[in-house]
Amino acid sequence: MTLANPGPGGRFGEFGGRFVPETLVPACVELEEAFTQAWVDPVFQTELGTLLSEYAGRPSPVTECPTLSEELGLRLLLKREDLNHTGSHKINNVLGQGLLARRMGRKRLLAETGAGQHGVATATAAALLGMDCCVYMGEVDVRRQELNVFRMRLLGAEVRTATSGSRTLKDAINEAMRDWVATVESSYYCLGSVMGPHPYPLMVRTFQEVIGTEARQQCQDLLGGVPDVVCASVGGGSNAIGIFSGFADSDSELVGVEPAGGAAVGRGVPGVVHGSTSYLMQDEFGQVLEAESISAGLDYPGVGPEHSYLAATGRARYESVTDTEVVEAFQLLSRTEGIIPALEPAHALAWVSRERNALSGRSVLLNLSGRGDKDVGQMMEILA
Amino acid sequence: MSGPGAVETTLRERRDSGGRVLVPYVTGGLGGDWTATVQAAAAAGADAIEIGIPFSDPVMDGPTIQEANDRALSTGATPSGILDRLRGLDVGVPLVVMTYYNIAFRAGLKRFAAALAGSGVSGCILPDLPLEEVGPWADAADATGVETILLAAPTTPDERLPLICERSRGFVYGVGLLGVTGVRDELASSACTIADRLKAVTDRPVLVGVGVGTPEQAVEVSDHADGVVVGSAIVQRMLDGAGPEGVGALVSEFREALDYAF
Repeated sequence: MTLANPGPGGRFGEFGGRFVPETLVPACVELEEAFTQAWVDPVFQTELGTLLSEYAGRPSPVTECPTLSEELGLRLLLKREDLNHTGSHKINNVLGQGLLARRMGRKRLLAETGAGQHGVATATAAALLGMDCCVYMGEVDVRRQELNVFRMRLLGAEVRTATSGSRTLKDAINEAMRDWVATVESSYYCLGSVMGPHPYPLMVRTFQEVIGTEARQQCQDLLGGVPDVVCASVGGGSNAIGIFSGFADSDSELVGVEPAGGAAVGRGVPGVVHGSTSYLMQDEFGQVLEAESISAGLDYPGVGPEHSYLAATGRARYESVTDTEVVEAFQLLSRTEGIIPALEPAHALAWVSRERNALSGRSVLLNLSGRGDKDVGQMMEILA
Repeated sequence: MSGPGAVETTLRERRDSGGRVLVPYVTGGLGGDWTATVQAAAAAGADAIEIGIPFSDPVMDGPTIQEANDRALSTGATPSGILDRLRGLDVGVPLVVMTYYNIAFRAGLKRFAAALAGSGVSGCILPDLPLEEVGPWADAADATGVETILLAAPTTPDERLPLICERSRGFVYGVGLLGVTGVRDELASSACTIADRLKAVTDRPVLVGVGVGTPEQAVEVSDHADGVVVGSAIVQRMLDGAGPEGVGALVSEFREALDYAF
């Protein structure tokens, strides 16, 4: 572990904390205790380790990209989280939280989802562990990710449509939190990213650190050291934190890539929503702005508090790319390497592609957080 | 802060005279006549009035107050605009603002506390700011004399209740049920339980809100509490276009029911 743990109350510097209604405070305290105990329990570690290897398919490989590397004039390595069961890094987190929920005696998993990747992963964990599952998804996302909606239902989950506000991820989180306030004694809120009230940012990071731990060793084997640059897309920021964690104590440059229409670090100022203090896109009065991105998974006006901390301290930097650049990157990787990426990691690739001159001759490790099958329908319309 | 503020003083007077406290909630900026609605609620016998400042992401609120927020925001309601309208609005009872923490955080805590005080607002409720996080805001509010009201929930453990009551000013807000704001068919048994638990550990006025939507329910829970906060039932009237007169009539129904029973 190379990222520092938060201070008292879940603070990463001035960010983080536990800003939730009183009704939920005891549940957060209980969760913090349960997670802390489970994480040092060899029984839990064995259960989780077995599921990660035998069910999720870990470790995920690191893939060299000879054709694209030559085209871009740099050495590109992909951490293949797209090859996990359910098609993204989200499975790492939900297997951990699902096991934890079972230890805590909860029978119902509650989740929000944007693109549907976290929703599908949660529905999968619920099916595996014999639990009920309810996933909130914004009306706009239900429409643009109908394949994932069907997958969740096939897995036995109930998908509830959030029709308030911008009808995307932000509003799905609002609805999930309202459900949690009402069902806190029986439901477990399986949050999908490194956000929300303490201990979620720390806990989700811990479950995603497996990405960085593996990648550090894999880079050692392939490069004989660490890559010059480690980059990942950032919505809430769980895949980025996961891979950053393996290199935070090294000389690697850490770069998070946000969508231009949802650049909380790039365009936001500190604010408090969904349980923690972090950079937030908001107006002069504190009303949260609606994000706008081609990627449902990154369509969020906030960001996990630890990313705000890494940005404020300068350990990581955050860039943004446009939807047009993302569409090009999506096609570029498909054509050159035979890998169709999800629109989320296509953001990181879009940044690499745009900055190819600055990155010339350098080694770049990119977290390919998910596969693009879910986005093919949307891309068919865009490219038609 | 020296001695209780306007909210606590007013509520204690009602309680000590043997009556029960009635605090209706009005969404600020909802319709052009919302300040007239505040005046009508006061004239109809409210002991204090909560003024909701709409927030884009109100996670403690159900559909009624969400819709009121959306309508108010879509017609241009802002925190400063609402506070401007309250300044000089002398309704004869204390006003308590209810909003979410980011509104205060964005403005700056000292600046927001000063703005409340400068607009004649006596108290403030921030439902997403629990005891562990309330310090910086509560200190800023105390310095201006604004009373910060804390919430206690059915899930709050016994050992935590006295700490909440100690830090709360004005009154202690008992959350009547597990869930968000909104009218329910029946009063939840948890409403009476939280009132009893709070009354056992504090001398501050104890009001119950969330899920108290009819005069009958207000009377039922006031057998255990010092009074009630009524939100969604009032706001639904506003959304239905009842106007100040219609809202005043509803507040009167609650007032008469409480006065008849106690």
